[in-house]
Amino acid sequence: MRSFLLHILRRFRQFVLVVFIGINLTFLITHITPIDPVEASVSAMTAFSSSQPEAVALMRKSLKELYGLQGTLFDQYIVFWKRILAADFGPSLSVFPTLVSTLIGRALPWTVGLLLVATLLSWILGNFIGGLAGYYRNNRFLKFAGIIFMALHPVPYYIVAFILLIVFGYLWPILPLTGAYEMNMQPGYRLDFILSVIRHSLLPVLSLVLVGIGGWFLGMRSLVSNIVTEDYVVYAELGGVSRAKILTSYVMRNALIPQVTGLAIVLGSIFNGAIITEVVFGYPGLGRLLVSGVERGDYSLVLGVTTVSIVTVSAAVFLIDLLYPFLDPRIQAG
Amino acid sequence: MEAALLVENLRAYYLMRYFGIVREVRAVDDISIEVQRNEIYGLAGESSSGKTTFIKTIAAAIRPPLKVASGRIKYGFLDRDIYDLSPEALSAIRWKHLSYITQGSMNVLNPIRRVRQSFLDFAFRHIIRSKREFFKIVDGHLARLHLAPSVLSAYPHELSGGMRQRVAIALATICRPEFIIADEPTTALDVVVQKSVLRMIREAQQEFGSSMIFVTHDLTVHANIADRLGIMYAGRIVEEAPTREIFHNPMHPYTAHLVASLPRIGDATLKKALSGAPPSLADPPGGCRFHPRCPLAMDICRQVHPALTTLAANHRVACYAASPLVKPGAELAPAPGGIRAANP
Amino acid sequence: MFKIIRDLLRYNREFAAGAVLTTFVLIVAAMSAFSPYPSNQTYVVPPDMTPSWQYLFGTTSRGQDTFWQVTFALRNSLLFGFSVALISRILSLLVGLVAGYHGGIVDRLLMSLNDTFLVIPLFPLLVMFYFVLRDRMNWGLLAMIMGCLGWPFDARLIRSVTLSLKTREFTTQSVFSGMSTRQILLEDHLPYVLPIVFATTMANINWSIGLEVTLSVLGFTDVNTPTIGTMLYWANQHSAMISGVWWWFVAPTAFVVMTFIGLFLLSVSMNEYIDPRSRLARMGA
Repeated sequence: MRSFLLHILRRFRQFVLVVFIGINLTFLITHITPIDPVEASVSAMTAFSSSQPEAVALMRKSLKELYGLQGTLFDQYIVFWKRILAADFGPSLSVFPTLVSTLIGRALPWTVGLLLVATLLSWILGNFIGGLAGYYRNNRFLKFAGIIFMALHPVPYYIVAFILLIVFGYLWPILPLTGAYEMNMQPGYRLDFILSVIRHSLLPVLSLVLVGIGGWFLGMRSLVSNIVTEDYVVYAELGGVSRAKILTSYVMRNALIPQVTGLAIVLGSIFNGAIITEVVFGYPGLGRLLVSGVERGDYSLVLGVTTVSIVTVSAAVFLIDLLYPFLDPRIQAG
Repeated sequence: MEAALLVENLRAYYLMRYFGIVREVRAVDDISIEVQRNEIYGLAGESSSGKTTFIKTIAAAIRPPLKVASGRIKYGFLDRDIYDLSPEALSAIRWKHLSYITQGSMNVLNPIRRVRQSFLDFAFRHIIRSKREFFKIVDGHLARLHLAPSVLSAYPHELSGGMRQRVAIALATICRPEFIIADEPTTALDVVVQKSVLRMIREAQQEFGSSMIFVTHDLTVHANIADRLGIMYAGRIVEEAPTREIFHNPMHPYTAHLVASLPRIGDATLKKALSGAPPSLADPPGGCRFHPRCPLAMDICRQVHPALTTLAANHRVACYAASPLVKPGAELAPAPGGIRAANP
Repeated sequence: MFKIIRDLLRYNREFAAGAVLTTFVLIVAAMSAFSPYPSNQTYVVPPDMTPSWQYLFGTTSRGQDTFWQVTFALRNSLLFGFSVALISRILSLLVGLVAGYHGGIVDRLLMSLNDTFLVIPLFPLLVMFYFVLRDRMNWGLLAMIMGCLGWPFDARLIRSVTLSLKTREFTTQSVFSGMSTRQILLEDHLPYVLPIVFATTMANINWSIGLEVTLSVLGFTDVNTPTIGTMLYWANQHSAMISGVWWWFVAPTAFVVMTFIGLFLLSVSMNEYIDPRSRLARMGA
């Protein structure tokens, strides 16, 4: 038990470290660059219309206050951290006066949901098919599946989403292309709403799964083909243990352990992929929020989304790390 | 009385094709032995003599690129060659009639399952009782072998090396198999643990009446446990006799050298090493495979390999120098077409 | 090293396929040197022409020859990817080797740092960079930034190889026989490390081009330089999908997918070749 607590503490320490460094990095980016966020916002907002100089000056002043950019760098640093710890990102410039936290609060569940479903699907499917492919090395279907996954996996998320958009937008329009649910539908725990949500999530999830599944497939296939030569698998075969039992309890179970570690490692890039896919399909998650914030010079929004992204991914990794001792009894021994 | 195991002219080769190079490694080249009931047959030899390949082959546990080229393997408890069994039949005899204790039993138990689950996996299907009765049988078995029943709830990494080996022996004997193959079971252990493990193996064998092939390069272990001893060199058996005979009257120069290199109390003479190294099994020397290193090599040794001939009662040798009765062996034809792979 | 490549070409189908695709892409990119039109001028040919013998991939709505645009786009994207890979190679080698050789607290610190950068999602950070830099964001700067953020995956790999090499028998043998550290590094260890560096470089190029395409499509880079991403950006700006100018986005997409798959096949087959256990499994099959 004690070693388990130590493990939790160690992972928590890493979690705090990541969030700390990440948010400091964000501070660096926005405060050490030649152009400050005020200028960035002002130039974005005055880009398509002319404004009177006094109005612009007033804008600058209030923005400076809003963004906490008064005083020395150190003062700004303190203000920055105070606000973040209070989860206070201020009002959104583009959707004034709605608070950034509100906007993020609305978008986050969609992103998290998309991420969860897509990641679980590709992890489970990829590992299962990959495990079979590693064990039955001469099966033609598995080899063929392997080739397809290998072809899809290196393609970046955006391009797969783009291709799907073309295919289902113009060639075979049977699925909705944007939004999380039917427009003008009232959200609620009703069947038609839930079905609509599912229908609208099909394309984004498909896009993420198509890219992600290849990675798990390849990893599992090579893990399994190595584990098959391990002493305990050979011994189980010598002992006449049933093929099904060997495949599940001896081979796959042991191979899944490094795959869980792998999940923690790639979660950052899956997150990237998820928010990009959201932009393509107009899914109302963090991705679309981020991009619209940049286009409209909404510094608070962009800062808020970045911070929340860092915390979300780190928290997810932390949770996965917590699972680890339950899967591998050897960890508990220290 | 029918032998527990009869091996006739067994040949097993590795056939490798990679990047355009073809290589045939004759790991087991025409071996014939017979193991009697209730007997421990020791198999001795250096690291590259082909002992492990031979063992794996008679357990029908080989995979490509290793294939059986020709020969016959007949166990007493089967009515046909083991390679003629269907996969289901093969699985049915495993553990119940034929079990295996491996070398370095450090890693043979699934690291993420407790020992009791391993017992379930291996033996439950052969002992058709309820789970409670099954574990009563297991407890009794462990007690008879002087193992604490608490060992069942441990994970493999929580046990010491010697303990794991003992658990492996208990596991291998739980179904009272007629035949046990032991592949270097004491090699990775220190001498003190070795002694208790050997004792356990002897007791188990005597109590359950299994026949055993015990493989190790360590002659002193053979002296302790084997009834009869077979010496392997470069894929062939070069001498075979009851253990006492081998130690008191080794007839093959290789055996003589092995026996002579054993340290004896009070003996202060310098030991001389054999010149050269064991041959590569991919390209063995012609004639007798030992002739490049043999101090007694004659012309005929370089040309044709000697047949394994029975001399005195139960003593077989393959050496022209040992006795004029030893004749040249048949030149081995290339492996007949129809190389049999093991049942997957 | 060359013998490895020659063997792989002859006997490994995936490597051969990857090599063919990559070479093809490289040739197309190199053809940009022969383009009759400069890369950044617009309206030099009649716009929206369908593919024909005169205009191999048709023309864009901005009056550019799609084919020649694609050659420039490929060249620029590849150059970009390669520069990022170079910078991150240096960093990952440094971190990996130092962590592997020193071990102890240096190793733990570096790996903590490494895992931090692995977890932090890069895309929002890059977007933030663009937000504050806007028009000052140029390709060199972006390459620097991405190179400085993209080393964690490979650093870990190199570190584990270093760790295993450090404890291998032939290393202790070399140390005992009096070889200097530099000699050991160059003669004993480099042959193991080089194939891995090669394989990870391919993967890294894929990653950086992928990120470039994503950023450019959203307009977050210098959109006046032709790259695969900026081509798609302009195609979207001119609603190429709706107006049916399909060749404008099909051509760059097809070529970039070829690039990705080609580089990926190269890196995967190289990885499998290095792993000795997979070799045994292939023998006698």
